[in-house]
Formats: sequence, C-alpha cells, structure tokens
Amino acid sequence: MNYSSSELMTVNAARLLQDGDTVFVGVGLPNLACNLARRTHAPNLLMIYEAGVVGARPSRLPLSIGDPTLVSGSTLVCSMYEVFTLYLQRGNVDVGFLGGAQIDRFGNINATVIGDYQHPKVRLPGSGGSMEIAAWANRCYIITPHQKRRFPEKVDFTTSAGFLTGRSQRLATGVRGKGPQAVVTDLGILQPDENGELILTALHPTATLEQVRINTGWELKVAPDMQITEPPSEEELRILREELDPTGIYL
Amino acid sequence: MTKLCTLSEAISQFVHDGDLVYAAGFTHLIPFAAGHEIIRQGRKNLILARATPDIIYEQMVAAGCARKIIFSYMGNPGVGSLRILREEVETGRLEWEEYSHFGMISRLQAGASGLPFIPMNQTAATDLESANPNYRRVRDPYTNIEVIVLPPLLPDVAIVHVQRCDAEGNAQIWGIIGEQKEAAFASKHVIVTAEEIVEEEVIRSDPNRTIIPAFIVDAVCHVPYCAHPSYTQGYYDRDNLFYLNWDKISETRQGIQQYLEEWVYGVKDRQEYWQKLGKETHQRLSVKPRWSVPVNYGEY
Repeated sequence: MNYSSSELMTVNAARLLQDGDTVFVGVGLPNLACNLARRTHAPNLLMIYEAGVVGARPSRLPLSIGDPTLVSGSTLVCSMYEVFTLYLQRGNVDVGFLGGAQIDRFGNINATVIGDYQHPKVRLPGSGGSMEIAAWANRCYIITPHQKRRFPEKVDFTTSAGFLTGRSQRLATGVRGKGPQAVVTDLGILQPDENGELILTALHPTATLEQVRINTGWELKVAPDMQITEPPSEEELRILREELDPTGIYL
Repeated sequence: MTKLCTLSEAISQFVHDGDLVYAAGFTHLIPFAAGHEIIRQGRKNLILARATPDIIYEQMVAAGCARKIIFSYMGNPGVGSLRILREEVETGRLEWEEYSHFGMISRLQAGASGLPFIPMNQTAATDLESANPNYRRVRDPYTNIEVIVLPPLLPDVAIVHVQRCDAEGNAQIWGIIGEQKEAAFASKHVIVTAEEIVEEEVIRSDPNRTIIPAFIVDAVCHVPYCAHPSYTQGYYDRDNLFYLNWDKISETRQGIQQYLEEWVYGVKDRQEYWQKLGKETHQRLSVKPRWSVPVNYGEY
C-alpha cells in the first residue's frame, strides 16, 4: 500500500497514545495523530489545547492552535494561565507533543535559534508552550522528519529539556515529567535508553538502518531487540485521508 | 457613564509614542482594527507585547511603529515564520525580550494581581533563563526548593476585543479567553472594542460571562469585524486563507508596503476595510449558529 511519510509518522505517533490519556495537543501532525487515536484504539482520549480548550472535538482540521472549531462542542474553556497551571503544572497532563528544528542525542529540543542567541543565524519562533510541556507532561513525544541537520549531537539552544546530558541530570532538576519517551520519524522510532540517550528501537518497513545512520548527527545505537513497525492499516489511512485531512494540508 | 467613542479617538487619547502596548487575544479576538488605526496615526517607538505577535504586530513593526517586541512565540500560526519580524530580530534592528507562553502570561497574571513577582516551577531548560535577566530564581521558604520567578508585566495600555459590551465597558467574551482579562487588569488604561454594544440589561442577564468590569475600562468602541483576519467566535471565522497568503505578501518589504497602502492607509476605518473585502470573503467567513442552552439564574 502507498502512503506518505507524514501519514507514516502520524499513524505511528497515534499508536503511542493510550485510551484514557489526557493529551496536550499541538497543531499539525500531533493534532492528526490524537484525532486518529480517538477514532481507533483510544476513544476516551481527552484532548487539551494550549489556547485553553479542554475536551475538544474538532469537526474540521484546525490550521491554528486557537481555531474556533476547538471550542464549539468542547467540555470546558479556561484562560491560558489556568491551562498552564491547573492542567499542566499541577500534573494533570499525561502526554505532550513537541516539535523543533533540532533534537539532540539526549532528546533536548531547540525551537529558538540556530547559532548564537544574541546574533542568531536563523531566528526560529521560540518556545510557545513547549518549555513547560517538556518539563511537566508525564510523557512527551516528538514527531519530525529524519534529517541530519535536525538531529545534531548537541542542540544550539535548549528550548525544552530532554535528558540534558543524561537521565540523572534531568532527575536532579526535580521536574515532574518523565521526559521524551519517543521520537517518531519517517525512518523509525528513537527512544531513550537507561542513560537517556536516544537509540533506534524500531525501523519502519520502508527504511534501512543505513538510512537512519547517515541521517543522524551522532553515532546512533541500535536496540538489541529493535522492532519493525507495522505498516499503516487501510482503516488508519482511510480515517486520515477521508475524515481528518481530506484536502491534504498536512499529509 | 458612557465611554463610547470612535476607535480613532480612543487610540489618539490612550496610545502614545513610546507606550508599552498589549493588544490581547490568543488567536481569537485579535484587535487588528486597532493595530491599523495605530499605524494610521503614525505612533512611534512602541513596545509591543503579545504572547504571539501574529500578523498584527508584524504589520505594526513593518510600518515603523515599534522599537521593541516582547513575545513567547514568534510565528505565523500553522503557516511558518513571520518573515519581517524574524529579519528585524536577526539583523538586530528590533529589540526583543522573550519568554515561554507560561512565562509571558504569568507576568500578566502578576501584573493583574498586584504581585511584585510570580513563581513558577522549574523546567530544566535553562538557556532562556540565561538569555533573559528577568528570569530569576528564589528559594521557596517552606521547602527550600528553588523556583523560577518573573516580574509583573504592566502595560501602559491594553486593547481587548470582545463579542459584546455595554456603553460603560462591562465586557463579555466567550470562546477562547486567552489572556484578555489578565491583560486588562495589568494595564494602566484599557480600550475595549466590541462586535456589539448592548444594553446593560443584556450584560446583567448573564453575569458569569463578563470578564472585564466597566470601572477598569477607559474607552468603548463599537467596531464590528475588528478582529479580521483573526476571528470572533460565533460572529465570523478565522481567515486562514489570509494567514496563508500573508506568507507571500510578506516575502518582500515592497509587498508589505503595498498591503499597508491598500488596506491600512487606503481605508478610513474598519467599516471601509470590511466593505472592501467584498461579498465573497464575507460569505466565506460566515458562521452557522450553534446556540448554548440558556441557564437559569433564578429570580431572588
């Protein structure tokens, strides 16, 4: 069956969500992954958007994080201060999705600048909600295409914390969240080992180990029990294409 | 006492050169008409604060109104980057001060609550803390654990767009309520723009929906469609097509200047702007009603 790399990433990210999870949803592929999970194996997924919408049931694809479709039919709307305190800081969020221009060996994310902060080569949008999501959500997932420039050994700027320089470093800061649990790419899935270093734990059936290695900026370790992911099913692709993104904005 | 006036009068009276301005609204209810009026009146050296500068601040910066920007996410939501703002920051022409969303709205919360500073839990990501000296740490006197603190944000003027408001300034919002209430209470002056001016009776029929009380409001302006290309829940949709097109318009300075000439300097006010958008756009942005079930407050 034919599918795009966006579809492949979305389907694999959706499968990481558990029924009953409370998810802090981002726009784009995370939004598609959450809505796909809710229509398949996780009907009781509770979706929270950082704009302050809880229990959203979007009936169309939101372009922005504050689309009106998120509000109509939701269970609750609160202020942004409340969504970040009562929900995120208090520990009521199971899953957060993150993205960024760079993700490093220990899952730290850069969404701020390439180069020096005061004199940036490239100025990126900045944290938005991600600094606190990465710290306080119980589990974090990252969806990103697998390219060498996106996977440097060390990020230029730590917008959101992964495991810093190792799992013990993150633990020492006392932040409540467990940190990044998986990075879903178009080649496979990276997960932290006991030291917090991202290693390859699954390969998509369409990808090769060699491809993953040359597209990663550090010497990537491969898990001894590395899996091959199940290709997207016909039903998953149908929901994505017909119900969630019929005009193909993100897929 | 009525505070009704035109938007032009309100901007002229309450927005001055060099002011710290907070035009509120997270995606929803962004007061574009007010931004355009500030451009038309030629304000200079403003400090523009918003969690998401959005297109409104990019236009104001491109028009030469600002010397500094305070933000927490500088992108075109769902589309990509804000090209001019990005360039201004990369070249160092525009000063900037940066937070996370939570940091930014915590500063407003502190300002709105009259606090000297506000604590937040640590995030383990310390680079922004190092880059922005407003981020400090103090020890929690009860547990001795370090928390992050920020000072209040106290704008000179907040501009808040709402669905409905009475002539005195009691304002009601539904849909995404972002940081409007905090911005209003944190600021010295508050300009409210409204889709509809209603009788006090209407406000009193549903007091739970009022987020800004009249006594902190300085000016009330009736400005239908004030938020376009942002939106007003239940009144008109977000113009996603415009947000996508802006990516092209803003590819060059000339593109933005042409836009400003035609859509800001070239129109008198929001009414003229809205008419100029034309029937097709009005149609495209119209929303089917979806009413809530009324609640019973009881007669006591």
